[in-house]
Amino acid sequence: MRALRVIAAIVVVAGLVLFGLVAFAWRSEIPAEEVAEAAQFDPALIEKGVQLAAVGNCIACHTVPGSKAFAGGLAVPTPFGTIYSTNITPDPETGIGRWSEVAFQRAMREGVDREGNHLYPAFPYDHFTRVTDEDNRALYAYLMTREPVSAVAPPNELQFPLNFRPLLVGWKFLYLDEGPLAANAEQSEEWNRGAYLAEGLGHCGACHTPRNDLGAEDKDRHFAGGEAEGWQAYAIDASSPAPIPWDRESLAFYLRNGWHELHGVSRGPMAEVTGNLGLLPDSDIKAIATYVSSVMGEPTPERHQRADELREEIEGRSRGLVAAADSQDSPTAGDAAAEPGAAIYAAACASCHEGSRPQPFGGLDFSLSTAVNAPNPQNIVNVTLFGLPPADGEASSVMPGFAGVLGDEQVAELLAYMRERFSDEPAWTGLAEQVRRTRTGEYKVSVKPADGIERAPINVGAEE
Amino acid sequence: MAISLNVNGATHRIDADPATPLLYVLRNDLALNGAKFGCGLGQCGSCMVMVEGEAVLSCVTPIMLLEGREITTVEGLGTIEEPGPVQAAFIEMQAAQCGYCIPGMMMSAQALLQKNPAPSDEDIRNALSTNLCRCGTHMRILAAIRRAGEVMQSAGMTGTSRRTG
Repeated sequence: MRALRVIAAIVVVAGLVLFGLVAFAWRSEIPAEEVAEAAQFDPALIEKGVQLAAVGNCIACHTVPGSKAFAGGLAVPTPFGTIYSTNITPDPETGIGRWSEVAFQRAMREGVDREGNHLYPAFPYDHFTRVTDEDNRALYAYLMTREPVSAVAPPNELQFPLNFRPLLVGWKFLYLDEGPLAANAEQSEEWNRGAYLAEGLGHCGACHTPRNDLGAEDKDRHFAGGEAEGWQAYAIDASSPAPIPWDRESLAFYLRNGWHELHGVSRGPMAEVTGNLGLLPDSDIKAIATYVSSVMGEPTPERHQRADELREEIEGRSRGLVAAADSQDSPTAGDAAAEPGAAIYAAACASCHEGSRPQPFGGLDFSLSTAVNAPNPQNIVNVTLFGLPPADGEASSVMPGFAGVLGDEQVAELLAYMRERFSDEPAWTGLAEQVRRTRTGEYKVSVKPADGIERAPINVGAEE
Repeated sequence: MAISLNVNGATHRIDADPATPLLYVLRNDLALNGAKFGCGLGQCGSCMVMVEGEAVLSCVTPIMLLEGREITTVEGLGTIEEPGPVQAAFIEMQAAQCGYCIPGMMMSAQALLQKNPAPSDEDIRNALSTNLCRCGTHMRILAAIRRAGEVMQSAGMTGTSRRTG
């Protein structure tokens, strides 16, 4: 019965392999602890945690807009299904109230919860693994002193077999490079600090680096541009589509203020990021800018030259020197039938976008707009349809949405015209269909105020 | 070039530059002075009207986009003798102080209530986030919109005292 023996051997080997995998995947439970009251944490440590949580933007994923901060339950759409963020308030039953610091450190380092379950990389532990023990301690102190909220997140909606968590071991084996970032001795202390913040807690790459089929960042295309919550996270490497190349100074200003005169205002999920970074000292903002601008590298001489010409043109225009010349190619409504995009632009957009109000309250000159020069028009589609909603209770940039008056074809005509007039890049294709998908919600876009964090939570940011 | 505009159920032939903002046509050509000129930049909400049920800023909307579409202004919500529920509620709650922003507030409220007859305070605040009031009668405006919602719901009304189509 040779066949039977072969089958038996296969069964035994398969069993051993399975056992080995289970052993490899298995993580022990860390005993629950009744973590004592807030008083045991040093206020200075909590204060440091405030800033670190802002760098990590923890609140954005772990809060449902309008609900209690950090109570989790936010739906995070992924190509594999919907994952719901967890409750990270110190509630003992439903949050992390029974997590020891050791358990918290392990979650950040290895992506494993207290009970030993593997966590999905929607929680970006591929970045958080870089965070030092000391900083994790401060984050832990901060989170354990928030208001405990009893809230259970809905179960994840993932297809079999992805709902089988031990499979994540395979993912981690391939993509999780555990532990701290090696210091680069050739770079300055400031650069290294920036790398630590941007690659670790700041997890810039989670949005700005494209992902492969298994949802992992493509390390060969670091910062080459990705997607987040229905918005394009532009390339922030050498392929940055910004008409005026970013440099350390402009990046630092943008990250500090949420806008820059030659680039416009932050919006979409980036508005939360710049809102949060407001809590950081200037030195850390400059460090991030130093690091990211070094990844972008020095622009090519051609790009420099184009930028110089553009800057000159813009300055001239704002002084009114070329106003007369410019008005010749500024369309009038007489062209309405011949070129509807031009006519819509002239009638609905130009009054602000060719106005004299400076950033961040005036409309950006579109020849400076990254959105109009980007390979994918999604961001300009989003802003045209939904506008920039105002932030609550503070001065902010604001733009009305035009979804109510512009049909899909009209938005497409308008954007095609703007692309042609304000960019040297090739025309976009499939615009009307992309507008339709965005308008109907088939392509889901999260629309947020132009600055500050999401409108709804009153206790936004780290303050509670 | 003449454009045909349907405002509050009546059709008007307008002979104007197609790029003219709707607000100018309403006020200057049709003598519908409810919608106000505030900032002229689509940032204050005092020019708000409805286009097919959506709140739209008439100061940044050229008439060429509106050919044949159904436009409603505050005058379309009711008359002095017979105010619509939103108008009646704003009067009842004394929501106006100087009143300049109120027509825009009412149009945003109307668009909201047609879509959502029982909005939460948060829904109301979101829907009116681009309507500015310098007098600060926001609490009364909120109360008036809640009141209008109740009245419209109990009466099964659509929110206008006369038919606007």
